[in-house]
Amino acid sequence: MTKALLSVRNLRVEFPTRRGTLVAVDDVSFDVMPGEVLGVVGESGAGKSLTGTAIIGLIERPGRIGAGEIRLKGERIDDLPPERMRRIRGRRIGMVFQDPLTSLNPVYRIGDQLVETILTHTDTNNAAARRRALALLTEVGIPAPEARIDNYPHQFSGGMRQRVVLALALAANPELIIADEPTTALDVSVQAQIIALLKRLCRDHGTAVILITHDMGVIAETADRVAVMYAGRIVEIGVVREVIKSPLHPYTIGLMGSIPKPDVDTPRLTQIPGTMPRLTAIPAGCAFHPRCPRAFAPCAAERPNLTPHGSADVACWLFRPAASAAQVRG
Amino acid sequence: MLAFVVRRALQALLVMLVVALIAFTLFRFVGDPINQMVGLDTSIAERAQLREMLGLNDPVVVQFARFIWHALHLDFAISYQFKQPVVALIGERFPATIELAFVSALFALLVGIPMGVYTALHRGSWLSTVFLTVSLVGISLPVFLTGILLIFLFAVTLGVLPSFGRGEVVHLGFWTTGLLTASGLRAIVLPAVTLGLFQLTLIMRLVRSEMLEVLRTDYIKFARARGLSERAINFGHALRNTLVPVITIVGLQLGSVIAFAIITETVFQWPGMGLLFLIAVQNADIPVTAAYLLLVAAIFVAINLIVDLLYVAIDPRIRVEARGV
Amino acid sequence: MTGVDAEVPRLSITRRPSRVAAFFDHDLVYSFLHSRVTIVAALVTLAIVLAAVLAPWIAPHDPFDLRQLSLLDSHLPPAWAPDGDRRFLLGTDDQGRDVLSAILYGSRISLTVGLLSVALAAAVGIALGLVAGYVRGALDSIIMRAADVQLTFPAILIALLIDGTIRALGDARNEQTAFWVLVLSIGLSSWVQYARTVRGSTLVEKNKDYVLAAQLIGLDRTSILFRHVLPNVMGPVLVIATINLGLAIILEATLSFLGVGLPPTEPSLGTLISIGNKFLFAGEWWIAIFPGVTLAGLVLAVNLLGDWMRDALNPKLR
Repeated sequence: MTKALLSVRNLRVEFPTRRGTLVAVDDVSFDVMPGEVLGVVGESGAGKSLTGTAIIGLIERPGRIGAGEIRLKGERIDDLPPERMRRIRGRRIGMVFQDPLTSLNPVYRIGDQLVETILTHTDTNNAAARRRALALLTEVGIPAPEARIDNYPHQFSGGMRQRVVLALALAANPELIIADEPTTALDVSVQAQIIALLKRLCRDHGTAVILITHDMGVIAETADRVAVMYAGRIVEIGVVREVIKSPLHPYTIGLMGSIPKPDVDTPRLTQIPGTMPRLTAIPAGCAFHPRCPRAFAPCAAERPNLTPHGSADVACWLFRPAASAAQVRG
Repeated sequence: MLAFVVRRALQALLVMLVVALIAFTLFRFVGDPINQMVGLDTSIAERAQLREMLGLNDPVVVQFARFIWHALHLDFAISYQFKQPVVALIGERFPATIELAFVSALFALLVGIPMGVYTALHRGSWLSTVFLTVSLVGISLPVFLTGILLIFLFAVTLGVLPSFGRGEVVHLGFWTTGLLTASGLRAIVLPAVTLGLFQLTLIMRLVRSEMLEVLRTDYIKFARARGLSERAINFGHALRNTLVPVITIVGLQLGSVIAFAIITETVFQWPGMGLLFLIAVQNADIPVTAAYLLLVAAIFVAINLIVDLLYVAIDPRIRVEARGV
Repeated sequence: MTGVDAEVPRLSITRRPSRVAAFFDHDLVYSFLHSRVTIVAALVTLAIVLAAVLAPWIAPHDPFDLRQLSLLDSHLPPAWAPDGDRRFLLGTDDQGRDVLSAILYGSRISLTVGLLSVALAAAVGIALGLVAGYVRGALDSIIMRAADVQLTFPAILIALLIDGTIRALGDARNEQTAFWVLVLSIGLSSWVQYARTVRGSTLVEKNKDYVLAAQLIGLDRTSILFRHVLPNVMGPVLVIATINLGLAIILEATLSFLGVGLPPTEPSLGTLISIGNKFLFAGEWWIAIFPGVTLAGLVLAVNLLGDWMRDALNPKLR
């Protein structure tokens, strides 16, 4: 079995406030294999972005990693001194954010920003770095790169800017890219292009991707496996085709049902009643139980852990052997 | 780009006209110019004759036009107090004020910007707390009080620096400078620090708040995610973006520095325009007051215009808008 | 209860907190009580304000009563110095006036001028801002052009100009009116910030539904402006006012120091400092330094309170 590229175990991200400690990512564990695309899907506030930010070590005060381990190729990276972690960023793990307009420094030309990144991680000179920058721009599909390399960010359209951002993230050839909602801020017509580009680039470079999004369509299109997050926890994780075709967790079922399918004649889209709980009021036991149509006795009492069921792992009492017995006993 | 410059120039002109109007109103209608010029024993007939000669009975618009004409030729008649041409009086004292203003601004920039950067990057350190406390005191102390305290400390108690005057000056053409003599340099220290302290405070706070704002942006986050060094992020990216608005505001401050020089010049008996203006106000010397106002307005307006154009040059985003692309 | 993470507190809302507890829990009060600096600043301001208000009753001497003054008492150092006199705790000036009493009365005047001028500036600024933002059109343009022109110049220049003009127009030595001339000068030199902010807020509020509703009911413009729009734009105004109070006090002190403010017969802290300045070189430091320290302390405290209020009211920093 191939060794995991990234291994996250029991990750907890918390925010101390004067009203108590809020837990935004609660005991999250998963692996990412080299070259695979892992989708992380869930509603806003489910903790997806924070998970990504924690992996690359950019959680801002007062947030902090409260517990857990993150390993890159077997070595721990969550407790590294700042300078060692900095060297991993960009070089081994890259990250791309949602809004390409605000991701680029407006007063510097994109060529300068590319060259700077290349020089930080590679031992070359300016001329060589500039050649590499041009090559990167070509690779991400910027037409006439020699002309555009000296442009400022605001001179590019949204889609072009995101391509530049991808070029910057890939400049040092990282092994893993964390893409946090890379297409949400883009026009629908451009989204597909960028996703296709991301897929192609990662395949060409052998880069693994953690694709964070709330858009199931993007996941279906791009990801190999998918993790479904709810209220800071992973409720289901498995191969994409399986999760979409036969979702296990009631929340995942609700999610799949709420996506309009053009070729299926559905009279009504599924609506999951209620909303995701706020961090200050996460229910005891299974966080989803107040909204779950199939909740029963153990759900409110104890939190279910991820257990394998078929090709997926699911955190639900419905799939635990002890559950059926308890259900009978009431 | 051209449209932008023209628009700004027109705005500047408007301001100048309004100020000219105010100055003219002062000149003509506040107090009686005739009474200021002649003695008590001049007869009424003679006064009326004088009034006619000076064109004081012409329509107001004509008088205003004449006023502007004279102003453009730098002719502001005679000072009521000193009985000398106003232009000569102001011209004589102009270099002193300008030198003081520039030295104090330089001091404020050279000390204020590093202090601001430090407090933004090292929040919570004891030195930052010291700097912030100093800045709070700097904002709370009126300029004259700073001057008095500095005089008390360095001139009265320690006796190391002079407390008044400009020291020896060197004449270079029509300019006089005190920066080329030892006594001149010693004399400018306390006034420059006094005038510069409140600027320093403003600059420091501005740099700090701008920098903190910049450090929170997405592009800084992305720069970190790319593994750029702290130095590259703080000084290459953050500082560069911080200085853009800071430079504009500092430029705009230069105008008020010239105004606050009035106070500093009073405390240190510095022979500049500000002191002249104050004495003029106290003694209702209208020609000097009006002339000073126009001059200072012209300086402010010019500075504003230059700063606006500079901003366009520095910030590439605005350059595109100005060009209308 | 195995498997449940017992260390992390999960909040379950069982009872609503009492009103008192809710008050202390409010962000504003919380940040106030937890900032020692702010508490100290508030206490200092309170102390000075109280002392100023109660000056006529707590001052040991009346520095303006010419009958009480004696030149024999003049130039006395503070009580703890070798030549000091215990009757005059902080010494006396060249006229024999008790410095402590002069400071108390001076603070009173400084504070009054400061508050009145801020009130004037706010009133003028709010009124003009509301009109400009609501009525728009030519009136708006005129007001904003005037604001632009005035903004080109620092407040001190404007204040000096207004002050000087009134002096030249009237009797320059009229000491009775000096107080009001000062309030007018400082007030009129600082209305612009209020006007601009209020205008901006008014422009925003104008399009909101509640204004539309009021218009539909048939309320006249003045009612809409003052009873409906005004309360919603007061927030930023308060912030500006706190900044401006410190500036107004400094401006008044400066004008008085320069000799175009309050005269020695009705001295504010600034006037006292200018009087004391003359004797600094003679070694009689107390005449200038004590009023100076009081002034600095007052402005510092006001600024700290203003800083705290701005931070507490700023939604971005919460």
